Amino acid sequence: MQSLEKTQTRSDGGVSMKSAMPWIFSAVMLVLMPFIFQSNSAITIMNQMAITIVFALSYNMLLGQGGMLSFGHAVYMGVGGFVCVHVMNWEIFGSIPLPLLPLLGGVFGMILASMVGYFSTRKAGTVFAMISLGVGELIAACSVIIVVFFGGEEGVSGDRTYGIPFFGVEFLSQIEVYYLTAGWLLISALLMYLFSRTPIGRMANAVRDNPERAEFLGYSSRWVRYNSFVAAGFFAGIAGGLFAINYEILTEENLNLTTSGSILLVTFLGGVGVFFGPVVGAIVFTLLQTVLSLETEIWSLYVGALFVATVMFFPSGLAGVMQLHIAPIKLGTWRLLVMPYIITLVPAIICILGLSGLIEVLFHARHAAIGETEMTLFWVTFQHTEILPWVVFAVMAVVGFWLARKNAPQMMDAWHRANKPDGADT
Amino acid sequence: MDLILVNLIDGLVTGLLLFMLSAGLTLIFSMMGVLNFAHASFYMLGAYFAYQISIYLGFWMGLLIAPPLVGIVGAAVERYGLRRVHQYGHVPELIFTFGLALLIEELVKFIWGNDQIPYQIPEILEGAAFSISSYDIPAYKVFMIFLSLGIFAGLLFVMTRTRVGMIIQAALSYPRTVEALGHNVPLVFMGVFGVGTALAGVAGVIAGPVLSTFPGMAFVLGSIVFVTIVIGGLGSLGGALVAALIIGWMTTFAKAYNIRMEDILTGVGFTKPEPTWDSAWADLWTLTSPQIADILPYLLMILILVFRPYGLFGKRDV
Repeated sequence: MQSLEKTQTRSDGGVSMKSAMPWIFSAVMLVLMPFIFQSNSAITIMNQMAITIVFALSYNMLLGQGGMLSFGHAVYMGVGGFVCVHVMNWEIFGSIPLPLLPLLGGVFGMILASMVGYFSTRKAGTVFAMISLGVGELIAACSVIIVVFFGGEEGVSGDRTYGIPFFGVEFLSQIEVYYLTAGWLLISALLMYLFSRTPIGRMANAVRDNPERAEFLGYSSRWVRYNSFVAAGFFAGIAGGLFAINYEILTEENLNLTTSGSILLVTFLGGVGVFFGPVVGAIVFTLLQTVLSLETEIWSLYVGALFVATVMFFPSGLAGVMQLHIAPIKLGTWRLLVMPYIITLVPAIICILGLSGLIEVLFHARHAAIGETEMTLFWVTFQHTEILPWVVFAVMAVVGFWLARKNAPQMMDAWHRANKPDGADT
Repeated sequence: MDLILVNLIDGLVTGLLLFMLSAGLTLIFSMMGVLNFAHASFYMLGAYFAYQISIYLGFWMGLLIAPPLVGIVGAAVERYGLRRVHQYGHVPELIFTFGLALLIEELVKFIWGNDQIPYQIPEILEGAAFSISSYDIPAYKVFMIFLSLGIFAGLLFVMTRTRVGMIIQAALSYPRTVEALGHNVPLVFMGVFGVGTALAGVAGVIAGPVLSTFPGMAFVLGSIVFVTIVIGGLGSLGGALVAALIIGWMTTFAKAYNIRMEDILTGVGFTKPEPTWDSAWADLWTLTSPQIADILPYLLMILILVFRPYGLFGKRDV
C-alpha cells in the first residue's frame, strides 16, 4: 500500500520518558473518564468504545501493519466471545476470577486464527480478502447449524457475576466492568504496540510494502503474515471476551459480515497508517453512531457516504490528517493555516448541513406516515409541505459549495506555505 | 428420474444467474485487478430500476432500459471513483468498492424504503411452460435460461470475433502495448466496467421478480458470487461458468433431497445417542442436507483453496 505512512526506524531500543508519555497520559485519562462523564449511558458508551478500540487495533495489525485486508475478522472476536460466555455457564467458572476470562477468549481466537491462517495467509491483497470473506461467511452460517456452540438464532447468554470475586469486586455494576475493560484495553494496546516494534512486527511492514524484496532478504513472507494473523486473532479474541463480559450475550450478529465490515470502516476512518489511528476511528465512530442514530433514521447513509469520501479523498484517515499537521506546528507556521481553514471549511460544513437537510426533508416527505407532515430538524419544527425549508437548505448547500470551492485554492496555497520552514510564498 | 430432471433445470437457472454476475466480475477483475465488491449492488440496482420503469412502461421496457442505465452508473463509478482511488493501490480499491456497496444499499433504502417491493413477472410468462410427469416447469424459468444463454452467445461473439473484443483481450494482458498502439485504454476499462455492471443489471432485472426485490438482495447473493469466481479461478471466464453451474446444481440438489446425517452415521456403524438433544454431538446427528445447502459453496471454496489455490481453471497467481 503506497498510501501508508512509512513508520520511521528507531535505532534506540530503550524506554524513554518521551515514548512512555502517551501511555501514561492514556492510563490517567482512562482512570479519570468515569469521573468526568458520570451518567450510566456515558459509561455504557465508553465500554463499547473500549471494546471497539481493542478490536480495531487488532484489525489494524492485519490491514495497516501487515497489508492484509480482511472481511472476516469478526469471526475471531465472536468465537473468543462465545467461548467466554460458555465458560460463564459452566460450574468451573466459580473458581476463575472474571478479569482473566478475556485471556481465554484470546487463546481461542488465536487457535482459530492459527488454523485459518494456515491456508489464508499464502497471499496478501485480493486473495487474502476473498478467503477471509469466505471463511467468515462459512462460520457465520455455521452459527445456525451448530446450535450446541453458537446457540442458534437466539445466541448464548451468561452471567458474569458467578465468578469468584476479584479483590472483593463482583462486577455487578457498569463502572466495575468499565475499569476491567479499560485495564485490558491498556494492556492489549501496549502489547500490540510493542509487537509492532519487534523484528517480526517490523518484518510485517516490510512484507506489506514489498514482499518480493523481503523474500530476497531470506524471510518467508507467508510466515511473517501468518504470525501477524495469529497475533491479530489473539487480540480479537480478547475483544470478544470483553464483549462477552460487558453484554453477557453473543449472537450470530457478532460473527457476520456486517460486524467485520464495520470494523474495517472504523479502522479505515481512523487511519491505517498510524498506530493510534484505529483508536481515533473507534472513538469517532462510536460517538457518531450514538449521536446520529438518536437524531436521524438514515444515519447509516451518512456513515456510508463518509466512508466512501474518506477512501476517495483522505486515504490516510483522520489520524493521517492529524499527522500531516505535525510539521506546520513544529515549524511554527500553523498560524498561516487558521484563516484559510475557517473561510473554506465553514462554508463546506454549511454545504454539508444544507445537503443533509435536503435529504432529511426528502426522506420525511417520502417515508413518513401519511398525513404526518410535521418534522423537527436542527431544533426547528416545520411542515415538509412548505416550500421555505427546501429553499433554505438548497441555498445553504449551493452557497456553501460555491464559497468552499472559491476559497479552496487559497487553503491549498496556505498549506504549501505552512510546510516551508520560512513560510515563504510558493 | 423426473425429479432429477426438474432439479437439473432449477440448478441450471441458479447457475446461469450466478454466471451472469460472475462473468462481469471476473472480466473486470482480470482487466483491472479490481475485485468489485459492489458488483451485487449493481445487480440490485438493476432490479430496482426495472421495477421503477415497469410501473410506467411495463416489464419489457424495464428489461430493455434498466441494464444500460445500470451500466451508465457503473461507468460513472469507474470514471469518477475507482480511477481516483486506483493511484493508492489495489487494497484501497477493494475498500472503496466495499464502501460503495454499503452506500448503494443505504441509497436504495432511502429511495425505495426498507420493505420488499412488489416487482412481478409479466403476465405472459406466468404459468407453466411444460410439465415433466407431475412437475410443472414455470415459463419464466425457461425464459431466464434462454435469455442468459442468448446473452452469453452475444458476449462470446463480441469477445472473440469483433475488433472491440480483440482490443479488450489485448488490453487484458498487455495494457501498455495496447496504449502505445494508440488505443484509449482507460476508455476500454470504463467500457468493460460499464458492460460488466450492465450484465449484473440484467441479472437483477430477471432475478428480481423470482428471488424478491428488497434492500438485502445484494448482500444475500454478493458473497456467493465471490465464491464462484474464486472456485472457478480468478480471471477465468470458463472457470466462472463451471463453478456457477456446480454451485447451482449442488445447492439445488442438497435442498431437494433430504439426506440426513443420522442415516449416514448409522450406516457407517455408529449408534445414535439417546436422548439425542442432550448429547454434545446433537447437531451432527440432526444435520440434514437442506440445512447445509447454503454453506456448501463456502466449504467447496475452502477445499479448493487448500488443495488447488489457483481455482479450477485459474492459470495465473494474483
